[in-house]
Amino acid sequence: MTLFQLILLGFLVVCAVSVSFSKNLLNSVLIYMSFSLVMSVLWVCLESPDLAITEAAVGAGVTSILFFATLKKIHAIQIEKEKTEKETEKEEAHE
Amino acid sequence: MSKLRPKEEYEKTRAFRFFRWLSGSKDPYLGEVEMKPQEEHKIEETTILERMQEKQMLRDRIYDAEHNKLLVAFHRIYVICAVVFCIVLAGLLLYTVSYLPKTGEADKPVNNEVPARYIENGLQETGAVNIVTGMILDYRAFDTFGESNVLFVATITVLILLHADRKKDKNGREEEPENDRIYEPKNDAILQAAAKVLVPVIIIFGIYVILNGHLSPGGGFSGGAIIGAGLILYLNAFGFQKTEKLFTEKTYKWISFGALTTYCLAKSYSFFTGANHLESHIPLGTPGHILSSGLILILNICVGLVVACTMYTFYVMFRKGDF
Repeated sequence: MTLFQLILLGFLVVCAVSVSFSKNLLNSVLIYMSFSLVMSVLWVCLESPDLAITEAAVGAGVTSILFFATLKKIHAIQIEKEKTEKETEKEEAHE
Repeated sequence: MSKLRPKEEYEKTRAFRFFRWLSGSKDPYLGEVEMKPQEEHKIEETTILERMQEKQMLRDRIYDAEHNKLLVAFHRIYVICAVVFCIVLAGLLLYTVSYLPKTGEADKPVNNEVPARYIENGLQETGAVNIVTGMILDYRAFDTFGESNVLFVATITVLILLHADRKKDKNGREEEPENDRIYEPKNDAILQAAAKVLVPVIIIFGIYVILNGHLSPGGGFSGGAIIGAGLILYLNAFGFQKTEKLFTEKTYKWISFGALTTYCLAKSYSFFTGANHLESHIPLGTPGHILSSGLILILNICVGLVVACTMYTFYVMFRKGDF
């Protein structure tokens, strides 16, 4: 096991922990996407390129897109926008 | 020939009064009645954050967290137990992993006669240079058929659950379903310029991965997923109106039906001949050529078509609820 693989494995652990600790759902999906991407690089290192292609296309591509569509459907993406708008309004009021 | 009368003169006639009474703008008892179209009743959707806040307030009021000491203690113990349970479970799993044989060890229990035969005789028996594809689509083709059917069933479930019904209002007009179709396409110039370059490359790469499934890494599933992702990107950039020309519900039905039936018939034939020790008369070709390895190329194309259509249909159903 080379140093490169160890770094990637450490990154996987960091991703897995930070998905559950992230408060914003959109951020969670993005971290999950990067998890899949690192995983596909690891599959190449483990000499299974078939799995790597599938992981990159399905895990990082289609699944995250479906997650985004679902988040949009349950109105979870707009929260951040409204919140920032409210905050800016507040700041303006303070000023 | 009728003569156009000026409006003031017309208002004095009896016919005008009759029609005014008929249309209800002047009531004989109430006088002038103001006619106003009724406003549509709208329910404003609360965001998740507000809903969560409401839930939290409700919980605070019901349980009275400040005064109920027992409940607070229980909650604290609950959190501690959950953390301890997670740590114990992770430790147990890691402990079990330490018993697994190391990567690349010779005397592993999985190194028995089955992979030995796959590796030694795979090229002669299936004609596929990529042994993984030879295993998936020749020795274990029945499993892959099951996977394709699982995908098909999943799409049917999504179609049933997310299909938007077209309601008709009183006048018989079709009500515009409240969805993203109204706002599409967004005509993002950057996205469209990027999609124009990327989409053909992505789709051609997907076709390459499917057609070279028996020669190089890849195959039906991954190639189909790549093509599906390309279609989704095209849809996002240019909107539903352009993709509707190419891909409708009918297209999806016929492609899935045709691909699954072809797969089923081709594999039934080879299973039948294989089980009865008959010769299948399917030429394996020279290994390494694109037209080789018998049925694997056809099966790869079938799986790729099903997967590409399924991915695209999933996305369309999630976004719009209709093709």
